[in-house]
Amino acid sequence: MTTLDLPTRQGTATPDRPPPSSAAPSSAAPRPPARPRRTRSLTREDVLALVGSVAASFSLVVIGYGHILDFSGILGFLVCWYVTFIAVYVVVLAISLPRAIVVERVVTAMLYVAAAIVLFALGTTIVYTIGQGWRALDHLNFFTKDMSAVAPSAPLSQGGIYHAIVGTVVEVGIAVAVSVPLGLGTAVFMTEVGGRGSQLVRTVVEAMTALPEILAGLFVYAVLIVEFGMAKSGIAVAIAMAVTMTPIVARAGEVALRVVPGGLRDACGALGASHWKTVWKVVLPTAGPGLVTAVILAIARGIGETAVVLICANASNFLTYEPIGKPMNSLPLFIYTMYITHEPNAIDRAFGAASVLLFMVLALFVAARLLVRERKVR
Amino acid sequence: MTVTAHPEVVPRQLTTTHAASDRIFHGAARTVGLFVLCMTGAIGVFLGYQSIPTLRHYGLHFFTQTQWQPELDHIGIAAVLVGTVEVALVALVVGFPFAFMVALFVSDYAPKRAKSWLVSAIDLMAAVPSIIYGLWGFYLLMPRATEVARWLSEYLSFIPIFKVNTDAHAAVWQQSRYTSSVFIAGLTVSMMTIPLACAVMRGVFDQAPAGEREAAMALGGTRWGAARMVVFPFAKGGIIGGTMLALGRALGETAAVLIIVSPDFTIKDRILEAGAQTTSALIAGNFGGATRAQLSALLTAGFVLFLITIIVNSAAAVVIRRSRSGALTEI
Amino acid sequence: MAMTEESATTARGAAFPLTTPGALEAVGISAWFSGTLVLTDVSLSVAPASVTALIGPSGCGKSTFLRILNRMHESIPGAQMAGEVYLDGKEIYASGYRITHARKQIGMVFQKPNPFPAMSIAENVTAGFALTSTKLSRSAREEVVETSLRQAHLWDEVKERLTRPGGALSGGQQQRLCIARALAVKPRVLLMDEPCSALDPTSTRRVEETIAELSPQLTIVIVTHNMQQAARVSHNTAFFLAEQGAPGGIVEQGPTHQIFSDPSDPRTADYVGGRFG
Repeated sequence: MTTLDLPTRQGTATPDRPPPSSAAPSSAAPRPPARPRRTRSLTREDVLALVGSVAASFSLVVIGYGHILDFSGILGFLVCWYVTFIAVYVVVLAISLPRAIVVERVVTAMLYVAAAIVLFALGTTIVYTIGQGWRALDHLNFFTKDMSAVAPSAPLSQGGIYHAIVGTVVEVGIAVAVSVPLGLGTAVFMTEVGGRGSQLVRTVVEAMTALPEILAGLFVYAVLIVEFGMAKSGIAVAIAMAVTMTPIVARAGEVALRVVPGGLRDACGALGASHWKTVWKVVLPTAGPGLVTAVILAIARGIGETAVVLICANASNFLTYEPIGKPMNSLPLFIYTMYITHEPNAIDRAFGAASVLLFMVLALFVAARLLVRERKVR
Repeated sequence: MTVTAHPEVVPRQLTTTHAASDRIFHGAARTVGLFVLCMTGAIGVFLGYQSIPTLRHYGLHFFTQTQWQPELDHIGIAAVLVGTVEVALVALVVGFPFAFMVALFVSDYAPKRAKSWLVSAIDLMAAVPSIIYGLWGFYLLMPRATEVARWLSEYLSFIPIFKVNTDAHAAVWQQSRYTSSVFIAGLTVSMMTIPLACAVMRGVFDQAPAGEREAAMALGGTRWGAARMVVFPFAKGGIIGGTMLALGRALGETAAVLIIVSPDFTIKDRILEAGAQTTSALIAGNFGGATRAQLSALLTAGFVLFLITIIVNSAAAVVIRRSRSGALTEI
Repeated sequence: MAMTEESATTARGAAFPLTTPGALEAVGISAWFSGTLVLTDVSLSVAPASVTALIGPSGCGKSTFLRILNRMHESIPGAQMAGEVYLDGKEIYASGYRITHARKQIGMVFQKPNPFPAMSIAENVTAGFALTSTKLSRSAREEVVETSLRQAHLWDEVKERLTRPGGALSGGQQQRLCIARALAVKPRVLLMDEPCSALDPTSTRRVEETIAELSPQLTIVIVTHNMQQAARVSHNTAFFLAEQGAPGGIVEQGPTHQIFSDPSDPRTADYVGGRFG
């Protein structure tokens, strides 16, 4: 375990008396102002070891791939390269470094690769979806028309997903209008009112956030549609969505409310305010951005709920704004029904709709992030 | 409490009279809470109640019968349950290492400026609708993953789950035998389990006590050494809990599985081979033409799924809450 | 300065190398936090086997300077430094010098005791070896544990419960455990950041006894708010000060008895006289 030999400084101090004080800060003669040093924990030999191992393993795999292990395809190549790289890297490092440092370097490399893989997977999802959907997105009618009298396999210059977009917006809108007051009300109940029931409610809410959406859809189907004869419509979907979204809003809302410092509530009480006024005028506004973030995340979840629409909705081709009584299409349902046909144009439409769905989720996400930043600035 | 000095001193009974607005407020809040409680409880109760006729009719055969042929009155969820668990396990086995490594990366190893972007990227990954992952899995992943499946079945076929009923060494290999399998469905579902587990784990890694971390660094430890000594013991609860939450999600995943698998009602012990079925895909695929009785059977299957999910997620919540990191975790 | 007798056992050193106390020299140290300059042009020479106290009012950069000495400063996001630090003539910030190596030779004890609660007392003491993947034989391990705990004046209190968790001790005992842990890896320099500020007077006295006994074998730099403590334990003292809104630096440094009885700078005289701080 050696370090590089560096130019040494002659020791100046005698054991007892260190040299007298150096320049005091306020009486310094003009010296050039100090500039920060770049401190790195990686040495030059570390960088060389890394680059060398990458290049060496790449060459080895290029030469040996396909001959030794009868592997094919790019995925296999990458796996082989990764394994070879780790092996080569360990050997190169172990020559000159202590064991703890070798472990650290290899772990660092593995972590970087893992993060790169995951980010790459996310990236390919987004890029592939938008890339495949571009053919459909390129047509203006895709956004303005519905699919009435247009077959799924018809060319992309006909028809569009306007009805599906409207359907998604209407259904999610209703679901939000129902689940947000209920969810926030429950959150307020759990944090502000408390009492014996609140622990039970909290446990149940926590359990229900994990409810698979298909069960919510099945519940609505079996109760409302089969028993009560409600038609498969937008409102049925909205109710099932609300069933899934309410526990999420409740739990995230509870977290946001809990973070509000208790001192604020005490201060209001000391001023003689009623509990209701305290909550309405102080606690809720303070938790505001956190609550809105909770709602936004619940909306993002609701938008993508496919299982619910598969069960509770009829895929119609016609545009409608009425959630009650009429079949209403929505983006996830549209995607699925197009996919099922396995026709090329239909698949293009499916990807186009998927891209629109993705944009919506991204927009919600950006909004949530901006809110968080604004809260930090405040 | 020493009362010996003044035995006659006794605490006053205080009664609090709230303002009228507060009584309404408390009442309204309680009502809402109760309503949500009832609504969510009703689902479980309803599903359970609907299962009674089915279970009475089929008895325990419901859990051992693998076929799903309503018209022949052969209905059972054995194959379906096994498939559900298999897909979820593949998603976990593939997803856990990635979730763990990415969580450690974001918490300790990533450049500080990139950290909030990475956290947002992980959250975004969790928010992408599952049907989009389904399309990605079917069109982009499956052609390439079948080659990996072929390699696995060729070289690791001594492990029974990796066997495939075809000749892997053939010059022209049958790609269709490797598509639509538990393996590929599991890989796609892992795209949803990874961000969920990763977010929970990263949250607890970040909360490992900074003082202990500093002490480990000051002793000359590397980042990995400090992580092993300080962060992992602290975060045990979050790691386990996050994984179980991801498992719960994987068990109930519908859209992606529906797109990828081709329904096969046998108990599949070969995960690389084509054909699989899960509970949620079963329900989604079969409710359409279902008669009253068939619907009841589907509801029973749903009830079983409900119970499993509740148990897994409640266990996850208990593990998280009881651990050292649990008190601080908000999942 | 109070001197006590040598501790009963000194390391027999069979399993791990003996080290000589190191000479530390800091030249022209400046420090920034997120672009704000907090320390400017600080130079300090620390002789081997001496105890140097850094005193001064809070917020003038003493702890920041201390952390620059063992390269802990740079792990804070947004922190930067300038200048050089030489340990026995080698510059520890040079690009060839491994950071973990520097920290192994320059140990640190923190203000708030931070034993590892998931490990037993004995495991805490040998944590430095576990962290650097250094193998110890069973007998070497026991020897290290006993020696370090004796040096930290903790052995008699915990020798019956070495396998109990490290967190189940009083504050003073925890801090002495942290000292034992830092000593176990035989550093050449020990940095102490207000080690007694969270402790009761008895524990404080024990820690000061430890410092006095260790001094011939170890170079010690201690940051302290307690001037009487500085006067008790140190050979040399450096007085830090930050004027209003200006970055901090050393006003005066020299032998302790001189700083306290006959300082050259009037600000030093004011501070040690208790007129501010």
